[in-house]
Amino acid sequence: MESFDVAIIGAGVVGCAVARRLTLDGARVVIVEKALDVLDGASKGNSAILHTGFDAPPGSLEHKCIAAGYKEYHEIAGRLGLPILRSGALVLAWDLEQLANLPDLVDKAHRNGVADVRMLSVEEIQSREPYLAEGVCGGFEVPGESLIDPWTTAHAYVLQAILNGAELWRGTEVLDGRLTAGAWTLETGKGELRAKRVINCAGLYGDLIDQRLLGRADFSITPRKGQFVVFDKAASDLVSAILLPVPTKTTKGIVICRTIFGNVLVGPTAEDQPSRVDASTARETLMALHDRGKKILPALADCEVTATYAGLRPASQFQDYQITMHEEGTYVSVGAIRSTGLSAALGIASHVADLIGTRDFADDPIAEPLIPEPNRLSAYHARDWQVSGYSSIVCHCELVTDREIEAALSGPMPPATLDGLKRRTRVTMGRCQGFHCTAELARITAGRLRRPIVCGDA
Amino acid sequence: MPEQIATKENVTVAVVGGGTAGLALASELMRLKVGKVVVLEREAEAGGVPRHCGHYPFGLREYARLMKGPDYAKRNREAAAALGVDIRTGTTVTKLHPGGELGLSASAGTTTLSADRVVLCTGVRESSRAERFIGGDRPDGIVSTGALQSMVYLEGIRPFRQPIILGSELVSFSAIQTCQHLGIRPVAMIEEMDRLIARRPLGLYLLVKSMPLYTGITNPRIIGRERVEAMNFIDRTGQAKRIAADGVIVSGRFRPESALMRDGHLEVDPGTGGPVIDQFGRCSDPAYFAAGNLLRPAETSGFCRQEGIETARRVAHDLERGSTVDQGVVRIRTADPALRFVVPQRIDLSGATGGMTHLYLGLNGPVRGTMAATAGAETLWKGRLNTQPVRRTRIPLDGIVRAAPAQDVVVGRRA
Ligand SMILES: Cc1cc2nc3c(=O)[nH]c(=O)nc-3n(C[C@H](O)[C@H](O)[C@H](O)COP(=O)(O)OP(=O)(O)OC[C@H]3O[C@@H](n4cnc5c(N)ncnc54)[C@H](O)[C@@H]3O)c2cc1C
Ligand SMILES: Cc1cc2nc3c(=O)[nH]c(=O)nc-3n(C[C@H](O)[C@H](O)[C@H](O)COP(=O)(O)OP(=O)(O)OC[C@H]3O[C@@H](n4cnc5c(N)ncnc54)[C@H](O)[C@@H]3O)c2cc1C
Repeated sequence: MESFDVAIIGAGVVGCAVARRLTLDGARVVIVEKALDVLDGASKGNSAILHTGFDAPPGSLEHKCIAAGYKEYHEIAGRLGLPILRSGALVLAWDLEQLANLPDLVDKAHRNGVADVRMLSVEEIQSREPYLAEGVCGGFEVPGESLIDPWTTAHAYVLQAILNGAELWRGTEVLDGRLTAGAWTLETGKGELRAKRVINCAGLYGDLIDQRLLGRADFSITPRKGQFVVFDKAASDLVSAILLPVPTKTTKGIVICRTIFGNVLVGPTAEDQPSRVDASTARETLMALHDRGKKILPALADCEVTATYAGLRPASQFQDYQITMHEEGTYVSVGAIRSTGLSAALGIASHVADLIGTRDFADDPIAEPLIPEPNRLSAYHARDWQVSGYSSIVCHCELVTDREIEAALSGPMPPATLDGLKRRTRVTMGRCQGFHCTAELARITAGRLRRPIVCGDA
Repeated sequence: MPEQIATKENVTVAVVGGGTAGLALASELMRLKVGKVVVLEREAEAGGVPRHCGHYPFGLREYARLMKGPDYAKRNREAAAALGVDIRTGTTVTKLHPGGELGLSASAGTTTLSADRVVLCTGVRESSRAERFIGGDRPDGIVSTGALQSMVYLEGIRPFRQPIILGSELVSFSAIQTCQHLGIRPVAMIEEMDRLIARRPLGLYLLVKSMPLYTGITNPRIIGRERVEAMNFIDRTGQAKRIAADGVIVSGRFRPESALMRDGHLEVDPGTGGPVIDQFGRCSDPAYFAAGNLLRPAETSGFCRQEGIETARRVAHDLERGSTVDQGVVRIRTADPALRFVVPQRIDLSGATGGMTHLYLGLNGPVRGTMAATAGAETLWKGRLNTQPVRRTRIPLDGIVRAAPAQDVVVGRRA
């Protein structure tokens, strides 16, 4: 039976970040992920905003992790080749009641240590966002809110862990586990493994994993769906900052922002549901989001819709993250990382590392960790098609070259599904949604994906 | 290191897109001996959409023969090559700059190309599931007709066995034909409009094939975790239906491939989704022209070919005489909910001849009655129409141009 210092359950963005941190700290790590590929749960679909934490509850664990995560992201992004689009955010009031709430929100931001948040005049707002609909009453800016690539980010974390010695077991579900003689035995779909410590990063299934392994859970997950409408690239001329509404008690509300891939996104909704897998969209909701977008930016009416999708937040009955130690420090449950996990992941990882300490890891911290070279997919940075030597562009809408696809397929963490290939290269993610390239992709990937693009034999 | 001065290539006409229209246009320009003509085509081979359509009917109008798409594309390609057109495949146009300068990407790297005139012939694609707000899950196995055709005819791949077809346009029937090629059996055709969009005899074809047709359906939803499992919808009687299928063919609702224009400086018409042109096919920047399906969704290949040839003559004329565009331009608009678009959207009143003879109308719904084109109080044309959406619908344009209206021309039904 293989044995490890740490077993991480779940390869969402949080599990990937924790794996990276603990590997670099010297632990022998295994990441066990039940899906065929990483990022198949909550981390599959989000707004991709790197939050400053300006609006998090002051003093919360969530705020602490976001602030630390934000800081570390900026420290490592250059080295890992992770693009950041510092768009800033504008919180906009559309009526007098909302306007009256702004000073409190600015004050909260300052208490959260985000000192550059400041009120703007209506004229300033209009000159920065000339396509904004009429009727804005006021607002403030959060210059540090940024846009990132939600997938490449997590890929870079887990790739760095793998490069530096961690193991990634995909398509492997953790079924059960027991603590004997100071170490855990995990029963997985691919047999048993031993680990001194277990970190539960199972996202939407966090409470179920606690139940299975500890026999109890201190929180329960109620998935909260968020649907999105994505507009085609031409729309990105219409908006500069992340446009946020004044939040209410229950929701942060619908955001309109660019994506780092060059699109414009409107969403997410916030819909509680029992299902942990149902990320389906509903036409009436999508049309309402579309209307909402046009209300804020009227020129969106003439822009094409590129994609629609939904993500599920691992929300619980608590507002704050639920990160707790159990069984004499041999087990950490990283639960309820609801709607800020992309921003907070690195901060969560440091928090977990602090909780468990590094005393009993196999090795010393790695002084000069190897650095992965994930693909850079940002529309605001140089892309592969701008470099000579590819033989063809396969996906014309997103300008993805055969060279990028080949690199993903033969890389250290090859995709197992078309979804995985999309997240690594952006193929079929553009306006035609596969009209032009699906056939060629089916040929290129034949025999190379665990779940093939086509089901037929032919 | 010595400073590198990039030598910029200059051509007389650059044609963006080597499909039916682009190849016909470039060939005609060679016949007219305008100078250096290049076709920039992003695929590995020129020919356009027909190259992917291994079925009939193509070529009836131009070659007086019933041909399959790939044979037809080959013939167009060879004709152009024989005339000396410089066809550059694997070359993607990534940016349109004012005055006819193009950003290109190819295996050798990124370059710019300058042309006295650029003609955009980038064609159409079908609209995606997202563009139609089709809700539900996001499993594998959802393809357009175009993607299906490429899989079946170019790659010999069978993506599913029993798909459901969404849409009932002519191209939806091409999808059935394509399926048959590899023994795929579509289980049903569903349509959100309240009747079959293709002409009626094709409805009989469905009867013969005993394939169920549901028109007037609402709220289509795709069901399936990893692969498509079923399609849910509400039928016209209000009943919830579920049809088991292992794939969905999202067909038709063509839209111009106009991303380059939207990303650049050329004016785009929200109605067609393509560039705004005048009766010579000239865009808002007079160095740019456009032809083929990019102008409007969507016509047959034969139509686009003819349009390419005619546009070539207009471009040649323009090169010879110099652009006439500054002489005063009047817009043509629609003010009728039944009309989706008009092409051309502007008329050049310089008195130059040889422009389009017809105004092409796109419809939102059936039109039966008197249609008129007016400029202020003046009626420039009036006539009766009895037509449906997705049918070719045109009204005469020469009279309107000859009248030289002083203000915008508005097209709509007469009460
Ligand atoms: C609509 C929406 C918008 C959002 N916007 C933002 C944003 O703009 N900025 C931001 O910072 N955050 C945002 N978030 C939040 C962020 O996406 C989440 O906080 C984050 O993805 C949570 O990651 P996770 O790793 O905890 O969970 P997950 O991604 O769900 O990862 C858990 C993993 O565990 C695996 N697993 C479960 N059970 C088992 C088992 N038994 N054995 C093995 N593996 C198992 C799952 O397959 C899964 O891969 C948003 C979220 C949503 C849904
Ligand atoms: C699925 C489908 C089935 C059809 N079936 C039939 C049929 O049976 N019979 C019939 O008569 N008509 C049919 N048609 C219509 C017919 O294909 C079109 O009318 C015809 O191809 C239009 O010619 P075009 O030149 O305008 O566009 P296309 O033939 O589509 O050519 C456009 C070309 O531009 C290239 N291009 C686009 N952007 C760029 C860029 N940025 N850089 C470089 N190159 C670029 C494309 O690769 C393509 O080769 C069908 C169309 C579709 C989509």
